[in-house]
Amino acid sequence: MSTAAYDRVKIARSNKRPTGLDFIRGVFSDFFELHGDRRFGDDPSIVGGVAWLDQLPVTVIAVEKGHSARERMLRDFGMPNPEGYRKALRLMKQAEKFHRPVVCMVDTSGAYCDVGAEERGQGQAIAENLSEMMTLKTPVISLFIGEGGSGGALALAVADRVWMLENAIYSVISPEGCASILWKDASKAALAAEQLKLTAQDALRYGLIERVIPETELGRDTFYQELRQSLLDAFSTLCAMPTDALLDARYARFRRIGAPEQAGENETDEMENNL
Amino acid sequence: MAFNLNFLFQPKNELEQGGRDAAPVQADEREPEQTCPNCHKAIPLSRLWAERNVCACGYHFRINGRQRLRYLTDRGSFQELFTDIHSADPLSFPGYAEKLETTRTASCEDEAVICGTAKIETQPCCLFVMEPNFMMGSMGTAVGERITRTFEYATERRLPVVGFSLSGGARMQEGLFSLMQMAKTSGAVKRHSDAGLFYLAVLTDPTTGGVTASFAMEGDITLAEPGATVGFAGARVVEQTTRKPLPKGFQTAETLQSHGFIDAIVPRAAQRAVIANLLRLHTEGETE
Repeated sequence: MSTAAYDRVKIARSNKRPTGLDFIRGVFSDFFELHGDRRFGDDPSIVGGVAWLDQLPVTVIAVEKGHSARERMLRDFGMPNPEGYRKALRLMKQAEKFHRPVVCMVDTSGAYCDVGAEERGQGQAIAENLSEMMTLKTPVISLFIGEGGSGGALALAVADRVWMLENAIYSVISPEGCASILWKDASKAALAAEQLKLTAQDALRYGLIERVIPETELGRDTFYQELRQSLLDAFSTLCAMPTDALLDARYARFRRIGAPEQAGENETDEMENNL
Repeated sequence: MAFNLNFLFQPKNELEQGGRDAAPVQADEREPEQTCPNCHKAIPLSRLWAERNVCACGYHFRINGRQRLRYLTDRGSFQELFTDIHSADPLSFPGYAEKLETTRTASCEDEAVICGTAKIETQPCCLFVMEPNFMMGSMGTAVGERITRTFEYATERRLPVVGFSLSGGARMQEGLFSLMQMAKTSGAVKRHSDAGLFYLAVLTDPTTGGVTASFAMEGDITLAEPGATVGFAGARVVEQTTRKPLPKGFQTAETLQSHGFIDAIVPRAAQRAVIANLLRLHTEGETE
């Protein structure tokens, strides 16, 4: 590994990285934001709406962290509340109705954690997204642009393709949390980061994601152009699939993880070929 | 038999303590007791067991999976499934293989969930019960796989599923592999549901983390045991993050019910009858 896992964690968390809204501006055109979950409120940490991916109408959902301290405060540091996940699901169901593919951009340390979030059913909101996304009758691609923290990230990542930027991370628990639970010592976070295998490279190696996107051009026009083309290519494959086949493949994508016959490595290529 | 025998080891072995010259100690012939953490009264174990590990004050002691199966299922009807599914150590996480080994020995279980088929007051069903003595019911690949298979098995045979959740959350030693079990189990529950089949979720103490955010909250009907802790984030984490004292009853089943997330809170003694009735109400085709 060229870059230590914990260095990747720091890069993934950096407020200098492009955020969800930067990606929306870079990749899509004429984004029109849609607000609210129609149940409780409008979560500022999740931005969603309709947009064009070149000539293709799409639904875009992104966690937005903000750059400055002030922005981060306003965006709840990119930690969604239950109403954020419910807004995302509302927009996904809307996409399903109008046969629009969905792009989710994930950048969260995890779901918001306070008394209100618990009382409004954070666990239930995430659970509902997992099961509804599994059978959403339109293609979904999830792109990890920064942090991918646990269930709060997975709630936007039950997708046909999961891609991660080179320095994005995806983990069941923060390295600090893991270190403090297992070794009662949060300062061992670097060690935990290494052991949790949370880098994009690890996730690819274990066959848990389909692609790692290089960051050499990150933030430049060429980067967004290339990403746009990758999304178009993938959607042209996915949109051509009969719905049943799409959903069977999505189920199979998760079904094989942790099943006894799972070989771990080199399954990504096989899966890409099958689809 | 997998009774929790921890209480037997609580009294100090005075022979060991005193060394070889100490006078022989009279065996303590009083019946062992358990103190209720709620009313602080001591309860003789025989009475506690007769009351299904529920104190007279209503406090529900945590029980292991096999005890629950005995309380719940028709005698001799339980047939365990998927016992060949075991935890792997996909990340070669430091200390995890040893931890699994000691946990297996101490709990007399080989995973944190027991799955199978059974009858409850003659009603056939698939069921799973999670095991507190196995890493507090944490969900790794084996738990995810067993629960997924339970729902797939039930879907194929058109059976209802009764699932007792109990979990500290995802098993972090299996990293993303355990996180993905949330999606996998949710997918299997959804397919079972889309086939028109009934899933009764019962939340027991504690149901938290990744299990709350997946199959535990996906039932057609959601019951809970009195006083059970049910939540997503750990109470300590919430307290540390918000730096405010937690409100009374935070993350209890009763509070969750008042917020609309639980259908009914059912004491352990009534569970068998309530569950059997709900199963009967969802029987397909002819009913007797």
